[in-house]
Amino acid sequence: MPLVEVHDVHKSFGDLEVLKGVSFDVRQGEVVCIIGPSGSGKSTLIRCINGLNNIQQGSIKVEGQEVNDPNLNLLELRKKVGIVFQQYNLFPHKTALENVMMAPVKVLKEPKKEVEERARALIAKVRLGGKEDVYPGHLSGGQQQRVAIARSLAMRPDVMLFDEVTAALDPETVKEVLLTIKELAAEGMTCILVTHEMGFAREVADHVYFTDRGVIVEHGPPEELFTRAKDERTQRFLSQVV
Amino acid sequence: MFSLIAPLFQRLYDETGLNFIIFYDRYEYDRFVSGIAISLQLIFWSILLSLVIGVLGAWVQTSRSRLLRGVVNGYIQLFRNTPPLIQLLFFYFGLGAFTPQVDMGGYYEPLISSFAWAILSLGIFGGAFNVEIFRSGIEAVPKSTAEAAESLCFSRWQTYAYITLPLAFRISLPALTNNLVSLAKTTSLAYVISVPEMTYTLNQVWSDNINVPEMMLVLFLFYVIIVSLIAAGLHWLEKRLALPGYGR
Ligand SMILES: Nc1ncnc2c1ncn2[C@@H]1O[C@H](COP(=O)(O)OP(=O)(O)OP(=O)(O)O)[C@@H](O)[C@H]1O
Ligand SMILES: [Mg+2]
Repeated sequence: MPLVEVHDVHKSFGDLEVLKGVSFDVRQGEVVCIIGPSGSGKSTLIRCINGLNNIQQGSIKVEGQEVNDPNLNLLELRKKVGIVFQQYNLFPHKTALENVMMAPVKVLKEPKKEVEERARALIAKVRLGGKEDVYPGHLSGGQQQRVAIARSLAMRPDVMLFDEVTAALDPETVKEVLLTIKELAAEGMTCILVTHEMGFAREVADHVYFTDRGVIVEHGPPEELFTRAKDERTQRFLSQVV
Repeated sequence: MFSLIAPLFQRLYDETGLNFIIFYDRYEYDRFVSGIAISLQLIFWSILLSLVIGVLGAWVQTSRSRLLRGVVNGYIQLFRNTPPLIQLLFFYFGLGAFTPQVDMGGYYEPLISSFAWAILSLGIFGGAFNVEIFRSGIEAVPKSTAEAAESLCFSRWQTYAYITLPLAFRISLPALTNNLVSLAKTTSLAYVISVPEMTYTLNQVWSDNINVPEMMLVLFLFYVIIVSLIAAGLHWLEKRLALPGYGR
């Protein structure tokens, strides 16, 4: 059974139909990249998977649990699905360590000592050992983004969503963040990534989806999609960004 | 304290006629001290109540229920657009008339004392402004920060309590300082419903002793000191809570 099943998803904001029947599956341990021009609905799609946006039609299942269900326990869903945004969104009044510890301690009510150990290990894992007590305002964009990743991982999710997590960073720090994600993928974390970093997508993805105007135009393994795209729209997009 | 200053002010009176009786006459001194205590309690509880109302009201303002939002809006409009003096009189004489009397063994006392009415009335008055202050603070917190909390399984209430409110509070502090200082000053109006706070007490003293200018001076100084202390405390808090790395 796929870990995430997206089937014929339709989503509108008022009169604007942003997703017009999107379907794809993500298996356990798979790394999937979603690419496409601005406004094609990539963020919307990824936000539907953890229930930040609701959908009007279709079905999204995470580990068999239907997301498009009015009786859905959002908390249970979000425990399984971690998300990292373009604008890191760290809590500015909490240190890096507190940011990572907060949800497991306050929401999951896990013992503080245990969480702290895990949080310190995660911060070391994203190569920020020594920055535990620093506030977000004193961290670079790339460092903040890695804290955000650690914060998400502290909830022990089964799948991680990344929405253009390097788009707001300067080129220097992009690499560190991509490296962190790459390591995560190598460890077998299931990842769904929206990205404009084609080189990175090509390197880490098992499967790439090209979206345009609310539909998946074309998809395939990266080697195939990046070198032998069949659809004219995909070719045009790739020639513009590469 | 009293024995220390009494001879000084007694001599001042004897030699110049300046009558600071509250500083050399034991009875008036006790009245004065009790006035300070009542004023401080009145200020403390009114501010506390206004803050609780502000936090809850602002929370309701973010809720999805139109009815609840409408009720809070009506409350804000009503209490911001009427004089606090009229509100006090309305609470005490208007609503007070309908509250039951309690048998105190022979004589009757109202269930809600004038002191309690003053706290209620002033807290509700200050709260109306605090709701607006907190609401604009909440609006200034990036929606994406709250969204990040929700993605981390925070419930709506937890997001409000742990993320939105602490950030909104920091943003609101300068405006809050203004309002709380203003509320502290407004507590002097409790004088009209005979709460024995500073203004009321000194008014009695000067009626008994015909020393209006001297007592006026004391009254002025009292409020100058109280207001300075409150403002200084809040400014200290503002500095302490400043978000590291987000210099303002
Ligand atoms: N909350 C919203 N309300 C109304 N319209 C929205 C909302 N969120 C997104 N949209 C619209 O939906 C469309 C798709 O937006 P989305 O953010 O999903 O695109 P995207 O592919 O992520 O683009 P980008 O690459 O620029 O991030 C856009 O036209 C956008 O204006
Ligand atoms: Mg986007």
